[in-house]
Amino acid sequence: MMDFSGIIPSLPGLWNGMLMTLQLMVLGVIGGIVLGTILALCRLSSNKLLSNLAGAYVNYFRSIPLLLVITWFYLAVPFILRWITGEDTPVGAFTSCLIAFMMFEAAYFCEIVRAGVQSISKGQMGAAQALGMNYGQTMRLIILPQAFRKMTPLLLQQSIILFQDTSLVYAVGLVDFLNSARASGDIIGRSNEFLVFAGFVYFVISFSASFLVKRLQKRLTV
Amino acid sequence: MISIKNVNKWYGDFQVLTDCTTEVKKGEVVVVCGPSGSGKSTLIKCVNALEPFQKGDVVVDGTSIADPKTNLPKLRSRVGMVFQHFELFPHLTITENLTIAQIKVLGRSKEEATKKGLQLLERVGLSAHAHKHPGQLSGGQQQRVAIARALAMDPIVMLFDEPTSALDPEMVNEVLDVMVQLAHEGMTMMCVTHEMGFARKVANRVIFMDKGMIIEDCQKEEFFGNTGARHERTQHFLAKILQH
Repeated sequence: MMDFSGIIPSLPGLWNGMLMTLQLMVLGVIGGIVLGTILALCRLSSNKLLSNLAGAYVNYFRSIPLLLVITWFYLAVPFILRWITGEDTPVGAFTSCLIAFMMFEAAYFCEIVRAGVQSISKGQMGAAQALGMNYGQTMRLIILPQAFRKMTPLLLQQSIILFQDTSLVYAVGLVDFLNSARASGDIIGRSNEFLVFAGFVYFVISFSASFLVKRLQKRLTV
Repeated sequence: MISIKNVNKWYGDFQVLTDCTTEVKKGEVVVVCGPSGSGKSTLIKCVNALEPFQKGDVVVDGTSIADPKTNLPKLRSRVGMVFQHFELFPHLTITENLTIAQIKVLGRSKEEATKKGLQLLERVGLSAHAHKHPGQLSGGQQQRVAIARALAMDPIVMLFDEPTSALDPEMVNEVLDVMVQLAHEGMTMMCVTHEMGFARKVANRVIFMDKGMIIEDCQKEEFFGNTGARHERTQHFLAKILQH
């Protein structure tokens, strides 16, 4: 028989895990969008070197598993920092995971931003330039604000995927929601119940968020 | 004011402009007409370097566009342009559309830019719409805002690229009225348009283009008055569009 009564006293611990999950997701999305936008502008640039470099970055990160990136960064980031600063700089699992998420998600956000920018008519670019704006002003003031508005649903959808993928930090021992559920369950010998509960929570959050995004999408397209 | 000298432009192997040479003097209104695909829009976009060209030069108020040292954004900020599809910025209000370039490009204060923008909005008869977004306006209204937006930069010349061809017929006149008024005030204008009524009323010169070449470039009186002396292709074109 399943016995879910052990979950109630564990809720504070699970909540702390959820905070970790949300922190990873929100910071990962923000960093991913910033880096992804820079990558997208490089990809769209007329400079062949820049656009090829950005293209290679995107193709590389889209072709390897996220779990690999997380473990690899966990091992590599402290090493690289030591190489740069010349001394041991402990960064911890949280920072290395965050950097891994930002860099991995940037590849996906880059493609979303690129499609968004390309969906804005060329006439907008011409009109901004005709008013004397330089390339940077045109992008920042005219093209990107319109593009971001159009691609908000896609960006949110990608964020929901990241919300689930943050659970991979389990591999480097970071205590996110899933890991705290597993650990709490193990302690009282009720792993199955806790994992079922965790699955239920992931489902409810992701499903309702997806639902809201779809409604938003409908409103934006009308 | 504008001097176009032997401009040649290719898209790959296809030559879109062949040895185009003409000029627009200060205070002059020049109408460019011709069949679609004749290169007239491309030519007018060469004047503010929105379209690059491979050979020749365009000199605007003493500044050469072909010169790689020329600061193109600065030059463009002095040349007003109105597009076929208006190209107002849909994410900004009408007031913001009128002020953004004044503030970001000319460095005017927000108050100064708003004052100027609203003055021009009143001039095109749309003061009541200052807080709306472009999508809430009709095509004719949007195009009048677009003209006001260009004028807000205090341009030395205005370029019009088929400003009425995307409009419903009943909205053409409200836009043409603004353009006629501008012409009467002495604005230097280069207009790509098929509105021959407008050309007759305010143009000083008419240019006819076909297949990327300037075929006809003469005074308005000569263009419309002495049609027998026109190039065969011009007569053919005029006969078609003046029939009704």
